[in-house]
Amino acid sequence: MSATPAQFRRVAETARPRVAITIDGAPASALAGDTVLTALLVNGRRVRHSDFGDGPRAGFCLMGACQDCWVWTEAGERLRACTTYVADGLAIRTTPEAP
Amino acid sequence: MSAAPPPVIVGAGPAGVRAASVLVAAGLRPIVIDEAPASGGQIYRRAPAGFMRGAAVYGSEAAKATAIHRTFDSLVDRIDYRPQTTVWNLRPGRLYTVRDGVCDELTFGDIVLATGAMDRIVPIPGWTIPGVYALGGAQISLKAQGCVVGARTAFVGTGPLLWLVAYQYLKAGGTVAAVVDTTPFATKARQLFGLLRGGKTFINGLRYVATLRLKGVRITEGAIPVTIVGSTHVTALRWREASGREGSVDCDAVAIGFGLKPESQLADLAGVAMRWNDGQRVWEAARDRDGRTAVEGVYLAGDGSAIAGADAAEIDGALAAYALLADRRVTVPEAAVAELRTRRARLTRFREALDAAFPFPAALAAATADDTLVCRCEAVNAGELRAAARDLDAREVNRAKAFSRVGMGRCQGRVCGPVAVEILAAALGMPTQALGALRAQPPIKPLPMTAAVRLAAE
Repeated sequence: MSATPAQFRRVAETARPRVAITIDGAPASALAGDTVLTALLVNGRRVRHSDFGDGPRAGFCLMGACQDCWVWTEAGERLRACTTYVADGLAIRTTPEAP
Repeated sequence: MSAAPPPVIVGAGPAGVRAASVLVAAGLRPIVIDEAPASGGQIYRRAPAGFMRGAAVYGSEAAKATAIHRTFDSLVDRIDYRPQTTVWNLRPGRLYTVRDGVCDELTFGDIVLATGAMDRIVPIPGWTIPGVYALGGAQISLKAQGCVVGARTAFVGTGPLLWLVAYQYLKAGGTVAAVVDTTPFATKARQLFGLLRGGKTFINGLRYVATLRLKGVRITEGAIPVTIVGSTHVTALRWREASGREGSVDCDAVAIGFGLKPESQLADLAGVAMRWNDGQRVWEAARDRDGRTAVEGVYLAGDGSAIAGADAAEIDGALAAYALLADRRVTVPEAAVAELRTRRARLTRFREALDAAFPFPAALAAATADDTLVCRCEAVNAGELRAAARDLDAREVNRAKAFSRVGMGRCQGRVCGPVAVEILAAALGMPTQALGALRAQPPIKPLPMTAAVRLAAE
């Protein structure tokens, strides 16, 4: 995933254990205690697409209020990325259904 | 009194924690419901397990954060604590919650709403491009995730938080591309005497500004944000200086914030009247100095009812709890209450000076360009909102919402509300407060379908 530029940069707390996740099927790395939003944005610049076709979104309020960071699990469960924490093996989809 | 159900506190930030502390001291066992996995609220939000920096992340407020955390930890065995639980509806005497997708209900007699605040935004063209974050969110990312929101972050907006977060980014090793404050320096300088009431808080603020200047961060005051540039992600921020000259800086993130606004949805659902705060230009739930409302058994504390900061929230929490106890005919320590009121009044005067020193740029909000998105949930732009106001004669904000869908998306107008009323007021030539407040609708936060289905099946 290092080829993809990241939006977020870690500046502290980097000694946490690694957690293996997938983002749209591709393996990715996060740290224990990362929110799903952090995990997505240290691995790229996008969280989801606007429901109304006006382009990519990458979260906004980061405190569970704006609801602009919804993603899905492979199982179809909807997550609010900024208030959900990663777990080993978490499979994230940035679109509601498999393409 | 023994027959009364336990009091409920919604929110475990500084206000909720202090309220719980007072109620426990009086021998009650309050139910404390909080959306977060740990207490502290947003301001004193605790890092997840495994983080090592401890209280240092709270900077000058470390001692207060530690005190709040310790107080709450000492109470946990004596309260009914329900973390990670969202209150999604409130009716008289009844509360509706969801946790891990499972809905629950509970009956309440007395309730303290300490629901906190969120950032207030003025939309700048390009503000939905990846890399643009609410200012408070940018701070949370640093405090609770150890991340800065970009390699080069520009800060735009106004208010003390703008300078604080820029300073914190710099101190954490982030790169601050620029600080663009819409308030001219002279406006702040005029409030000097009022700001001095803030004592240490004001001195700290001066220190943040001085440090940013000393480190050579590009700073501009009295500027008008023009556009955030980028397609797949942010590449630059442009503004117009007070002199009229164009300014621009390359950046890959923008933190944007124009003060805070109360999360007053539950108070609204409880039937508490909303009142217009002209100094802050926001609607807030009406309460007296002790947190009592006109609705029996409903008390308000902290930024969730009136933006005044964490120190005021602590006092509010204690005062609301004392008011609740007094209304239950429990004897309260009058001298302590009087002292809290005095300290709170001092903070209110400081807050009024801050509000005047960093005024919400209502004219800038009202002038949002027709093709700029106002509602990021449903991609409604300012032109569509103006058309609804003029063509459909929407002279009340809830009517305008029905016509334009601004405020109807899944954030329920939390983000667009304060801007929408300024745009409508200017378009209609009405005073902003005459448009009324956006009404809260349950569920105040989206419920997972699975929870709703389970609820319907019951």
